[in-house]
Amino acid sequence: MSVNYMQAIRARYERLGYTPYRWYEADDTPPWTAMTKPLSKARVGLLSTSGAYVRGQVAYHYKDDTSIRALPNNVAQADLRFSHITENYLVDAKRDPNCIVPLTQLHTLRDEGVIGSLAERVFSCMGGVYSQRRVREEVAPAVLQGLRAEQVDCALLVAM
Amino acid sequence: MCHQTVCLVARHLETHGITTLCLGSALDIFSAGRPPRAVFVDYPLGHSAGKTFDPTDQLAVVRAALGGFASLTTPGDILRLANVWGDEAWRAEAASTRGEDSRQPRDETPQFQLPTDRDAAIASGALEA
Repeated sequence: MSVNYMQAIRARYERLGYTPYRWYEADDTPPWTAMTKPLSKARVGLLSTSGAYVRGQVAYHYKDDTSIRALPNNVAQADLRFSHITENYLVDAKRDPNCIVPLTQLHTLRDEGVIGSLAERVFSCMGGVYSQRRVREEVAPAVLQGLRAEQVDCALLVAM
Repeated sequence: MCHQTVCLVARHLETHGITTLCLGSALDIFSAGRPPRAVFVDYPLGHSAGKTFDPTDQLAVVRAALGGFASLTTPGDILRLANVWGDEAWRAEAASTRGEDSRQPRDETPQFQLPTDRDAAIASGALEA
């Protein structure tokens, strides 16, 4: 049985005396853009919401930071860093970033021909933004602009 | 919260012509947020792309997830991976409704992982001294 996070978080915050968080619950059919080519010919983009940044970049802050970072797809693992409001989920990622930023996997799958190519720059954000309006109006357009600049055909979005 | 964020971002991208696939480990948040295509791996949060220091599992998860680009053909469908974490003790903790607020304090100063990262950001010109 998979964990019911929405229920658990609602109850936990209620116990702490917070106003219940209103999760986004879709009531429509999701938008859809069909793949126009096989994955083996496609240029693949990546977004990780884990708050990853590269040493030399500015870390995220924890008050609905809606900025994004571009990471070179060949960034050295030793130069990947994380800052995220729920740091407790990053203990392992800080030791082995591949469990949340799958660059090693995507390089292997590109070499195998499973994907056509990998975007030169991949993207990260600090996914712990409570304002859904700001995700829609700030994070999402920034990611769209970045992925368009990378001329991707499709994108893998990895949630933390 | 990250899962909700990817749902909203995926919907925006897809509206603007980019095909997306969300990979995550909170099935209920994906079910509520209904991104166009989602892949669920039943691992503790923070391991959506595989187990720590387990390159075989990491590759298997991402390979299987990418299969969703071809196999998910109905908007809102979720592909559930068969991968098993193993030790299941994390579930009770994750589902607990007790305990303190584990989040970090919310302010607008950059929270560098290492103090030396701040120096590196200043040296690169990304941050004002």
